[in-house]
Amino acid sequence: MKNQVFEQLKETLYFEKMDNGLEVYILPKEGFNKTFATFTTKYGSVDNEFIPLDNNKYHRVPDGIAHFLEHKLFEKEDGDVFQQFSKQGASANAFTTFNRTAYLFSSTTNVEKNLETLIDMVQSPYFTEKTVEKEKGIIGQEITMYDDNPDWRLYFGVIENMYKHHPVKIDIAGTIESISHITDKLLYECYNTFYHPSNMLLFIVGPVDVENIMKLVRDNQNNKDYKEQSEIKRRFEQEPLEVAEKKKVLEMNVQTPKCLVGVKAKDVQLEGGEMLKNELTMNVLLDMLFGKSSENYYSLYNEGLIDETFSYDFTLESGFGFAMVGGDTDRPDELAERLQKVLMEAKDGMHLTEEALDRTKKKKIGGFLRQLNSPEFIANQFTRYFFNGMNLFDVVPVLEDITFADLKKAANEFIEEERFTVCQVIPKK
Amino acid sequence: MTVATETIIHKNGYNLHIVKTKKYKTNTLVWKMKAPLNEETVTFRALLPNVLQSSTKQYPTTTALRSYLDDLYGAGFYVDLAKKGEYHVMSFTVDIANEKFLKDSTPLLQKAIDFLSQVLLHPNAENGSFHEETVEKEKRTLKQRIQSIYDDKMRYSSVRLVEEMCKGEPYALDANGKLDQIDNITATSLYEYYQKAINEDELDLYIIGDIDENQVESFCKELDFAVRSPQRIEARTDIQVGEPKEIKEKQDVKQGKLNIGYRTKVRFGDPDYFALQMFNGIFGGFSHSKLFINVREKASLAYYAASRLESHKGLLMVMSGIEAKNYDQAVTIIREQLEAMRNGEFSDQEIEQTKAVTNNQLLETTDTSRGLVEILYHNVIGNETFSVNDWLENINNVTKEQIVNVASKIELDTIYFLTGLEGTDDEKSSI
Repeated sequence: MKNQVFEQLKETLYFEKMDNGLEVYILPKEGFNKTFATFTTKYGSVDNEFIPLDNNKYHRVPDGIAHFLEHKLFEKEDGDVFQQFSKQGASANAFTTFNRTAYLFSSTTNVEKNLETLIDMVQSPYFTEKTVEKEKGIIGQEITMYDDNPDWRLYFGVIENMYKHHPVKIDIAGTIESISHITDKLLYECYNTFYHPSNMLLFIVGPVDVENIMKLVRDNQNNKDYKEQSEIKRRFEQEPLEVAEKKKVLEMNVQTPKCLVGVKAKDVQLEGGEMLKNELTMNVLLDMLFGKSSENYYSLYNEGLIDETFSYDFTLESGFGFAMVGGDTDRPDELAERLQKVLMEAKDGMHLTEEALDRTKKKKIGGFLRQLNSPEFIANQFTRYFFNGMNLFDVVPVLEDITFADLKKAANEFIEEERFTVCQVIPKK
Repeated sequence: MTVATETIIHKNGYNLHIVKTKKYKTNTLVWKMKAPLNEETVTFRALLPNVLQSSTKQYPTTTALRSYLDDLYGAGFYVDLAKKGEYHVMSFTVDIANEKFLKDSTPLLQKAIDFLSQVLLHPNAENGSFHEETVEKEKRTLKQRIQSIYDDKMRYSSVRLVEEMCKGEPYALDANGKLDQIDNITATSLYEYYQKAINEDELDLYIIGDIDENQVESFCKELDFAVRSPQRIEARTDIQVGEPKEIKEKQDVKQGKLNIGYRTKVRFGDPDYFALQMFNGIFGGFSHSKLFINVREKASLAYYAASRLESHKGLLMVMSGIEAKNYDQAVTIIREQLEAMRNGEFSDQEIEQTKAVTNNQLLETTDTSRGLVEILYHNVIGNETFSVNDWLENINNVTKEQIVNVASKIELDTIYFLTGLEGTDDEKSSI
């Protein structure tokens, strides 16, 4: 077991790579009642075409299968693992993103038992025709719930506009039609390919005894028989730089229109330090352009073009990335135009000042400290960063190093009219 | 082990609650203003926090105010509104970095407290009126906030259930106020209401973090208010439930939203309150509960099926998203689960499980400073003195008889169903 000390943050991170390839990280947190653990595989909704284990041909699987698999890992021959967790006083859950599936629990007692329950649950799949069929009704209602949610439809609308081929444009849960093709056999195929320990990371944060926890995981893994697995082969179609569609308008049962402007990212093959710097610089840029202390926010709010739902965000992953800005508005076309205008002006260096950069960096550093109050944030984000070759605890030094020149360069390269797109939700007539 | 030691200091016009802990990298201040909920003041109170948070005398624009907060290492500052029983509560939260974790050692806590006193006591106002443009902007934002409830169907249906169920009671009012009252509010009338609230509301300040009590007290010098005896709602009226109401509303939605309201007649502070908490845990509060198991896992009717309590009003709310054609089946299953609870059809294991997860949930909530404030603030609302440890102990002491007894008091009041335009009788074949 090794460790890394972060002096300024007063944190020590412990880690060890198990013989079967599993990465284990522990961050002890004194004073907290709860321990939070995530067991995550680098496998999400975009991994829909790959060479299955013990096979040699690419296989395209039904949309929504990674999320479906996430649901089904909680069910075993002797019942539901939720029951086991709650007997042990834990609260358990899971989630699927574009490129990760995470299983988690939090508990203030029986931490070791709960940790073993989590690991064993994920490492002992049990899929049958009957249990798979039963889940289709439940997930069907999950999909329908999102269908009625205008913010979700808007968010996915922007992504669909941006991407022509990349599976990021497919809803994580799939559709009622696509999940009807999921079988127990297909679930095993995905499971065997992506749930090998060498494709996974276990993160534990809380008031724990580091030595004991690491030993527990080590013993648990050494008792399981994993064969070494070769590299996973995924396939993605070549994605053009420009967006697939410039504009889409969805009519829904709402009273207030919504508008989001998206910018498709260009540099989507970055990893490690470069990726971290790019991501943080873009976040600083958006904050300077649209944050509450910006002139743009002030005028947009004053003119009644935005309200308290206004937000902006930048996402960068391997193979895809985008910025999104917008919210509820009475005048969706005018807002779209204004936001694009601000972006184009920023490309030429407008709205960017050294003073605002310093202030924004301070804001981001304080914001990062606030995020470190949250065990959930630490475990989830550390894992996301790790899978992209980055380290969460490098955020502050990298933020401090962002220069005005970096910022102007990022604005100039990232912002490009052909990569803009607009999605709106308007009241149904 | 003592979970969270709360020190309460009586100050002029408010109580200062201090909880010392080293677990956070920030320090948190939560300012609460509480008054009875009623139709005359609800919209003023909904608008006021947003006007106060947008500018102050010293920082007369949002840009100036937010730039100042950014410079304080991105101090977080937000306001929110809540209905706690028949009280209307405004909260102002400031969350600021602890400089111990920064290279720059400028002390920040005092600045946060000073900032809060600027917001509360030195607003952007003159000659008995708030800054007019600011008020007009925030009126527009409030309208949009109220309108947007309609667009979020899950929220909409829970608001509608309360409206229908509590018709004629103050609790039917939404914390965000009434749309048709907004236009009549002026910068002057709002300022008058502000003075009334600042002089008459029950005020509490929570400060949580790695702080020194004496230092905090001296930082709070500027926070000085008129001494008051806040209005309390003493009379508790337990509404007599007649025939259960059934309300169906049609809209263009794909998923039906089923929301059911019950009267528990048990409130925070009552002897059987903790038994009611246990009832809710076994019935619908968790993923091992009867609603989740029977509506979702066994019948595959829903993705979510859960229940929650309104502790200070004595209500139990059930919510589930289902296909319209399954309405009767879902309602039947939910009614059967309550019947099972009344008949004591739950095992010792279910009781033990629920105790374990309820206490776990409580302890986890105290791991966030805002969560801890919410738990401690129950005492202010209910005029009680429960520590977190008392909560844990009281949950552990609940017996099966007490749960069955509390279940027998619970009465169905209203079933609300938001359903698609096709109607509930059509057989839709969506799969």
